[in-house]
Formats: sequence, structure tokens, C-alpha cells
Amino acid sequence: MKLNVNGRDHDVDAEPDTPLLYVLRDHLELNGAKFGCGLGQCGACTVMVDDQAVFSCLVPILLLEGRRVTTVEGLGSADNPNPLQKAFIEEQAAQCGYCIAGMIMRAQALLRRNPSPSREEIRTALEPNLCRCGTHMRILRAVERAAGVKRTAEVGAGEQR
Amino acid sequence: MLRRILLLVVVLIVIAGGAAAALAWRAAIDPVSRPAAASFDPALVKRGGELAAIGNCTTCHTAADGRAFAGGLAVATPFGTIYSTNITPDEQTGIGRWSEEAFRRALWEGVDRAGRHLYPAFPYDHFTLVNERDASALYAFLMTREPVAARAPANKLPFPLNFRPLLAGWKLLFLRTGRFQPDPNQNDEWNHGAYLVNGLAHCGACHTPRNALGATQRNRAFAGGLAEGWTAYALNADSPAPRPWDATALAFYLHNGWHPDHGVARGPMSEVTENLSTVPAGDVQAIATYIASIAGTRAAAHAPTRQSDGPGAAIYAAACATCHDAGRPPPFGGIDLALSTGPSGPTARNVIDVVLWGLPAQGEEHRPMMPGFAGTLNDRQLADLLAYIRARFSDKAAWSDIDKDIREARAGGARVYPAPSPPSAPTAPGQQEEARQ
Repeated sequence: MKLNVNGRDHDVDAEPDTPLLYVLRDHLELNGAKFGCGLGQCGACTVMVDDQAVFSCLVPILLLEGRRVTTVEGLGSADNPNPLQKAFIEEQAAQCGYCIAGMIMRAQALLRRNPSPSREEIRTALEPNLCRCGTHMRILRAVERAAGVKRTAEVGAGEQR
Repeated sequence: MLRRILLLVVVLIVIAGGAAAALAWRAAIDPVSRPAAASFDPALVKRGGELAAIGNCTTCHTAADGRAFAGGLAVATPFGTIYSTNITPDEQTGIGRWSEEAFRRALWEGVDRAGRHLYPAFPYDHFTLVNERDASALYAFLMTREPVAARAPANKLPFPLNFRPLLAGWKLLFLRTGRFQPDPNQNDEWNHGAYLVNGLAHCGACHTPRNALGATQRNRAFAGGLAEGWTAYALNADSPAPRPWDATALAFYLHNGWHPDHGVARGPMSEVTENLSTVPAGDVQAIATYIASIAGTRAAAHAPTRQSDGPGAAIYAAACATCHDAGRPPPFGGIDLALSTGPSGPTARNVIDVVLWGLPAQGEEHRPMMPGFAGTLNDRQLADLLAYIRARFSDKAAWSDIDKDIREARAGGARVYPAPSPPSAPTAPGQQEEARQ
């Protein structure tokens, strides 16, 4: 079937009940999204479908006809990170890094619907995603930084928070 | 002739109006100075706290981001929006200047200290059964809470419903005041359960259907009703639970919020079970005993047909079966949906809410949780899935109005219970980093 990932259509040769995560990693070699629990309880596999963050381990591709999938690779690259990825780097938010792609994607979905979230709103939005290293405070700051960048960018005032 | 009839009508209206006004008028009860917290017996305060949990008081009398018992929660009713009031002992905005007599009158007759009729969103039609000792305990508990200055927003009710004296008429029609009378043919536990269920716990406020004027229908007690967009299942012989409830299962469920053979409390019921997890086992057991007696005994479990096909089958197999067909019961696995009450319920609403919003993790206890699929399933896919679940896991006819229920559930998405929890994360571990900011 056809699958739109990061703005490109892919012909995917997989059973319709295959979880999106497997297709991303095994067929398209987009390894940003991670397998954590396989039960939608840890968030390591989070990607965006249209504008919402979803657990890709629980989304069979048969649900995705005509929908847009965005993975962390779709936001930016190592050389050219998007503002949120850049904020995660600047805040050194990754320790082992396993949860980070999922955190970024859930935060990206949040910023898309709410460009200036409060800390409470960030906490609530990121609640489904676990980080077992314990870098939560840095992750929160990274999201705040990205939101700040966007806010100031809008008034053309550079990248200061 | 016509003039004489008109005159007669006018006279009758004046008489009726006068009688209604006389009936509607209630005297104010003099304010008192706030009793000192130390003047209450600590044991009475403690019992009052347990009773307040049984009465689920905090659920309505606490706003989403507000202080406990300070009111201000918008309660949506078919008639308009009513805001819960501040029942902390604040003297200006709460009940700090209410005497115990005034407090009792509010519970028993639905009249506030100043003599105004209260809307029956405050379930005084149930609280009228509360005995004097328990009313004293509740008063002692509330008057020893921290006073919070918070004034509830004005109700949003259309004319003439915003005219409180009309409530006297409602009460005349629907309110039967009086304390609980035990049934001498039943044992103490049953009577204690009946007292709590029909009185303070006001289970029938959701589980009994209401008439067009918003009063619970006495002749259809516990036949099932509505609760903030959720279906409150029948508790009587019409219970849709595939496996009959008994007192043991009910007590476990009410205390823990889930039961491996029945499923998980969600929607407003999760707040009820949350509160009941804090009260003495004897009270929960009594409630369970009484509810089990309402349900009666049913010969056999429903037999789901378990034969179903269609586009929903593939969705179920790919998205749901990993947990729900794994043969691992709650709290760590997904319930076998043939045991869950949702698929056999009178409407699809509860299943829709759970599929869309999931079961958020709650507290630090081991409890069932489930991810929501709102971002994954579109409306057609969800409708297909629901049709499949209904056909495979219940022996009931297909649900009607699925599309409307899906629309309403998506629109009301904010009312998920438990709401995603406010920051309960430990403050200590991150403090250093936080301080650096």
C-alpha cells in the first residue's frame, strides 16, 4: 500500500496489520522511532499522524490511507535541526537518548496546536512518554526553549528566551 | 361573561401566586461566627472526612485547577450551567458563617443559609436521608478545612429557570424529605448500605434515569442513566454486565476502581472509586451488599456470539488484540472484552470515550491503563471497530446513533476521567535543575 511519510509517498510491501513502527524501521529504514514496550505505554515509538502524536507501535498501517506520517527525521537533520531539535541539543536533553525521538515528536505536536504552552501544559502533554534516565527537567526546558524561540522569532528578536 | 371569566382567572392566578410565594419563601438562618477548628471532636472530623469521600463532595465542589471544596466547577445540566459553590469555611465566600442548623437545612431541604432554594444539581433529594450524626460529622469536617476565598461564577440558566423560587414547585413535585428508615427485615450491613447508597453516596443521581424536569424517576430506580456524557449502567436486574456482579466483586471494584472479570471504572465513576478507596472497608462492603441485592441473582452470564467480520475485524486484530486477546486480565493486561460491560452497554458512548482517550495512568497504584486512539482512528474506522466489538463481544443488537456519539465524544474530549494528572511528579529530584533556571 501507499504510505506518506515525511512528505513522500512510499510503496510499502507489508501486511495491512503491520504496525507502523515496524514499517518505518524495517522497510523505510527510519530508525528514529524506537521500540520500547509495544503496548503504547512508554512513548518511545511516538510519531505524528497528520497533526497528532500517536504510538506507532499500535497503529496498523491499514489505518493510514490518505494520512500524513511525520517522524523525527522529517523535522530536520543533524546538520539542519529544526528549532525543537536544536533546543533539545542546546539543553542537552538526551542522556541515553532512547526516549528522545518520541519526546520530540509529542512536543512537536503540542507546539503545533499550542505555540506557547505553559510548563503545566508541557507536562500534561508529555505525560504519556517515559524517560528512564530522568532528564525530564531538561526535556521540559528544551520544549520551553523551542517555544520561546518561536515566540521571539515571530517578533524578529533572535533566539534569546 | 367573558369579563367575569377573565376576572376569575386573574383572581385564581393571584391566589396561586400568593400561595406559591408563601410556599417558596424560606427564612434566613442567622449567621454565626466561625466555630474554632479546635471546638470539633477529632474523631467526628475524621468520620466526616470519610463521609465526604463517600458523598463524592470534592468532585463537584472543586474546580479543575482549584482548591479542594472551594467550588466553581461548571456542572453542565440539560437546563444550563450551574457552578458549584465554595463549601470551605471562608466567611465571605464559603460556609464559614453557617450554623450547623443551616448546614443541615441545606442537606435535608436544599435551602441555603440565606433562605434561597438550591438547585437540585446539589443532590439534596438524596442527602435528605442523611442522619443527624453524619450531618454533624460532615459539618465538623468541612468547618475544619482551610478557608479559601473563592466566589463561584453566576449560573448560566435561561429565564425563568434562573428564578429560584420556582424550585419550591419542583420540590413540591419531586422532593420527599425525611431521614432514612431502616428495613427491619434486612440485616445491619444491608441497611447501612441502603442508607449510604440512597443517601450520601447518591448513586441514583447518575444510575437512575431522570424525567423531563430533571428529577430521578423513583419507579425506575437504578435502571441506568447518564453522567456527563457517559452511560451510567443499570445496577438493577437490567445490568448489562456479561458476568453477574456479586457483593465480593462489587466491593473489590469499588475499592480498587477495577475488577478482572468486569473492567475498569472510568468517566465520573473513576472519581467515585478513587474516593471510595480511602474509606473504611465496612462502608464499601455495605454499599456492595446493598447494590448486589438490587441486582439480584442472574442465572447465567450473557453468551457473546463471538462471530463477527467486516472491516472492524482487521482493526481490532491489529490495534487491540495485542492487549485484549493476550489472556492477561487487568490490571496488567487488557480485559477480555467479552467480560467488559462496555460492549454490552445500552449506548456505544463509554466504549467510544475509552477508545478515543484511553485510560490515563493514575497515581502510583497498579491500575489498568490504556493508550487513546483519538489521533489514530478516523470516525469511519472507529465506527467500523465499534460495530465489530458489539457484534463479537455482546449478544445485543447493533448500536444506533454511533456516528452522533462519536461526534459528541470528540467534541467533549476535555472531559476525560481521570483528567491527565496535574503535576504530581516529585519536586525534590528536579529541584536543583529547576533552581538553575
